[in-house]
Amino acid sequence: MSLWQKHAILEKNSIILVIGILIVIAIGGLVEIVPLFYLKNTIEKVDGVRPYTPLELAGRNIYVREGCYLCHSQMIRPLRDEVERYGHYSLAAESMYDRPFQWGSERQGPDLARVGGKYSDDWHRDHLRNPRSVVPGSIMPDYGFMEQTDLDYAHIAEDLKVQALLGVPYTADMIAHATDDVVIQATTDSPDAADLAKRYPKVIARDFDGNPGRVTEADALIAYLQMLGTQVDFKLYDDKANIR
Amino acid sequence: MANALSAQKPMTLGEGGLALALAALALLSIVVAAKAYTPEYAFHAYLFTAASVAAVFAIINRYYERPTEPAPLTIDGKPNYNMGPVKFATIAGMFWGIAAFSVGLYIACELAFPFLNLDLQWISFGRLRPLHTSAAIFAFGGNVLLATSFYVVQRTCRARLAGDLAPWFVVLGYNFFILIAGTGYLLGITQSKEYAEPEWYADLWLTIVWVTYFLVFMGTIMRRKEPHIYVANWFYLAFIVTIAVLHLFNNAAIPVSLFSSKSYIVWSGVQDAMVQWWYGHNAVGFFLTAGFLAIMYYFIPKRANRPIYSYRLSIIHFWALIFLYIWAGPHHLHYTALPDWAQTLGMTFSIILWMPSWGGMINGIMTLSGAWDKLRTDPVLRMMVVSVAFYGMSTFEGPMMSVKVVNSLSHYTNWTIGHVHSGALGWVAYISFGAIYCLVPWLWNRTLYSLKLVNWHFWISTIGIVLYITSMWVAGILQGLMWRAYTALGFLEYSFVESVEAMHPFYIIRALGGLLFLIGALIMAWNLWKTVNSAEVAEPAGLTLAPAE
Repeated sequence: MSLWQKHAILEKNSIILVIGILIVIAIGGLVEIVPLFYLKNTIEKVDGVRPYTPLELAGRNIYVREGCYLCHSQMIRPLRDEVERYGHYSLAAESMYDRPFQWGSERQGPDLARVGGKYSDDWHRDHLRNPRSVVPGSIMPDYGFMEQTDLDYAHIAEDLKVQALLGVPYTADMIAHATDDVVIQATTDSPDAADLAKRYPKVIARDFDGNPGRVTEADALIAYLQMLGTQVDFKLYDDKANIR
Repeated sequence: MANALSAQKPMTLGEGGLALALAALALLSIVVAAKAYTPEYAFHAYLFTAASVAAVFAIINRYYERPTEPAPLTIDGKPNYNMGPVKFATIAGMFWGIAAFSVGLYIACELAFPFLNLDLQWISFGRLRPLHTSAAIFAFGGNVLLATSFYVVQRTCRARLAGDLAPWFVVLGYNFFILIAGTGYLLGITQSKEYAEPEWYADLWLTIVWVTYFLVFMGTIMRRKEPHIYVANWFYLAFIVTIAVLHLFNNAAIPVSLFSSKSYIVWSGVQDAMVQWWYGHNAVGFFLTAGFLAIMYYFIPKRANRPIYSYRLSIIHFWALIFLYIWAGPHHLHYTALPDWAQTLGMTFSIILWMPSWGGMINGIMTLSGAWDKLRTDPVLRMMVVSVAFYGMSTFEGPMMSVKVVNSLSHYTNWTIGHVHSGALGWVAYISFGAIYCLVPWLWNRTLYSLKLVNWHFWISTIGIVLYITSMWVAGILQGLMWRAYTALGFLEYSFVESVEAMHPFYIIRALGGLLFLIGALIMAWNLWKTVNSAEVAEPAGLTLAPAE
């Protein structure tokens, strides 16, 4: 019986055909995806990467909501011009708590993986309000409504709980303080800032949107942008130790 | 009276069960709407309530109106085809196509003239872009796939569509998913995974619809009067099965609460990136390729009135295509933090993938052997053949762009956008247009109103595609070169925003191309409208519409 005749078995039995399809399409995915969960060199060993604070997480959720990833990547490739333009190439460890990842696939705007600390809070606020007031050639939409909109963080503790369930190292203490931590981080010189920094090392706590009376969406988004790419200290990071 | 009637006319298990399930869903939705964390989510819960209540009424109404006996499988020995859902999906496909092209044109203009964001968060580029991509891929493409697959599987199996309410549940439920997804983007409900933006509850709903779709399709194949399953149906099956697998794994998420639209994906960081592009690339491979190759395998031979060029080639290229496509995802992640071994695998398989892709192209185009003259006289056939040529072009460009050195230049630039659209406009939309131009006269038993208008549609939109892809090629390569340009002193030559400013003329040319493409589609819609509203063909077209195999 020739191979072509054998193929007739698949052509005449729908169930066998479906099973055949399932087997054939499973192989590539299994080989490429499964090892990423057990090969230890998939995610580099680095110090400094911590889970997002509740305010940063809320800011990240705004970044997700507005579809920022459609124009801004968060993934610096190890190419000379990218490293010189944006900073050290991105590590897998730096997005290990990102659900979903926001590496992006387009650069209608610049990469944001290391935007943290590059501009002042005021610059970010002006830029969100009217991007062309600080970058005349920008084609970014205006996001002025964010500084007018109070941040909705009533349920932020539930967000942390779900993330903890998925394996993000949020402690019971962090979850219990989640709502308070939002306010503490968005306040300049808060008396509880030291407690917050104990839970989230190197956290930046201040009023981000220039409006101390309110916690707005702009507070959250700028808090997120200002910490992006700042967690790993690349003066101490050993590239050679993590060659994959 | 009604009681007396129903005593003789039992409600089927499907009718009763579906009505009960939908009534339960309506109740649940009311509770969710009342306790929803955000007004946007409450709005969606109300939509679920309204849709399920309407569906319950429709089911009960239909029960009273229908004859006692279920629709016969055959009439006078001929299959009694169920074309209602096919007609619905065809119209929905045309409608969503025009919506997708319009939104695409608008966001193209937003990039050229950012004031068009109008300071309204609901229509900012970041929210409209997923609306455009989802409307094009899932609403337009999806409805065309539903319509053609339900048509082709009945014709090639010579059997009535399986299920009574199920086919209607599939087409209506799918379009309800589109409505939820689309309004969600405008309101800021998204999980921001490219081409998998809908949130957890929309994903769950789609899962139910998709499983039903699979059962209807398989059920119809099992009823077939032909010993062999026709090749188009292999491709439809691969599309339905694989999309189900991809959808389930890529969207695995835990909602914050039943009362919150927000969820968190179970994968994170680098693993999420790999799962996402395994999904993303195979949404291209199985939704936009396998599904539309199925269309090619039925509609081109039918329209040209020629057999498929090579049956053996179709076997080889089917298995090779579905095996190889799955591996290609990592080429979206070249030079990223994804481990190199995965990138190399992705690149290798992407290059090999060129071969089965061109196997499909050759099989489609060579089907015209002995009928090449029809390209001159039949613009519908010309549209489909040109679509296969575009398929060949973009499946050459894709493997080329997956080579790491090329990708280091092309990635993140508009070249990718150009590549996507040579596939989406040239291949997917053109083969869909061709199929719809065939389907509408067949379904409504009419002759096409005007072939001349099809010709106009073809040329206007072809010029549109050429403007679109050439402007994006130039824009993308320019962008890539500007980012890596150095001065003689070793400094980066351009700031980022200079590369943005350099895009302006190309964005205008691209928008013009999109406008031409939209005009073509409007001409098509007019042509189809006039076709449906013309007089019915006197003699039934059944004789000339025998299955291809």
